[in-house]
Amino acid sequence: MSATILSWSLLTAQGLLGLAMAIAAFRMVCGPRAQDRIVSLDALYVNAMLLLLVFGIRTGSTLYFEAALVISLLGFVATLALAKFVMRGEIIE
Amino acid sequence: MTHAAELPAWAALLTSFLVLLGAGLTLIGAIGLVRLKTFYERMHAPTLGATWGAAGVLLGSIVFFSVLQSRPVLHEVLIAIFVTVTTPVTLTLLARAALYRDRSEGSTQVPPPVGTDGAAKTDIQV
Repeated sequence: MSATILSWSLLTAQGLLGLAMAIAAFRMVCGPRAQDRIVSLDALYVNAMLLLLVFGIRTGSTLYFEAALVISLLGFVATLALAKFVMRGEIIE
Repeated sequence: MTHAAELPAWAALLTSFLVLLGAGLTLIGAIGLVRLKTFYERMHAPTLGATWGAAGVLLGSIVFFSVLQSRPVLHEVLIAIFVTVTTPVTLTLLARAALYRDRSEGSTQVPPPVGTDGAAKTDIQV
């Protein structure tokens, strides 16, 4: 019984996170300015990381955790570089 | 889901609750990304996913794997610390960049730069 509840709630959580990713992608495609697109890209990264963690709970393997860690690291660097680019027009001065 | 069958009921229910809480809060933050009007308002919405959204899913993962392997599994704390430290840094930098862009375009929507004496300056400061 409890395993069924867990299975269904994990499925629901995957749906919710997928919907959140879709909404962030929509804002990224039609965001009016560059900074809107960067904020949605950051949200997309975080949502993808959480989706991978839920996949990890669902399959019971810790392999997905490594992927989530890498995504969170790369997302930070990507957003930082893009913000610097919006500020100055170049990344390495 | 064969591995979850040997999980005790309280752990399964707690994991379900935490993961659903995290996913729901992340979705609310994403909806705010679409519904809010200006960029400076929109920037606050996805931080809901970076704080309690991430914390819910990570706590659920910690409970699940700790009970399943009957030993404390704490490597999710790495992601929690990293997300907590990096999100304010990136968003502050992005807000400064957006403010700089709006000021250099002469937008009337943003406040003018303030000098050391507290008086508003008329010219654009970099």
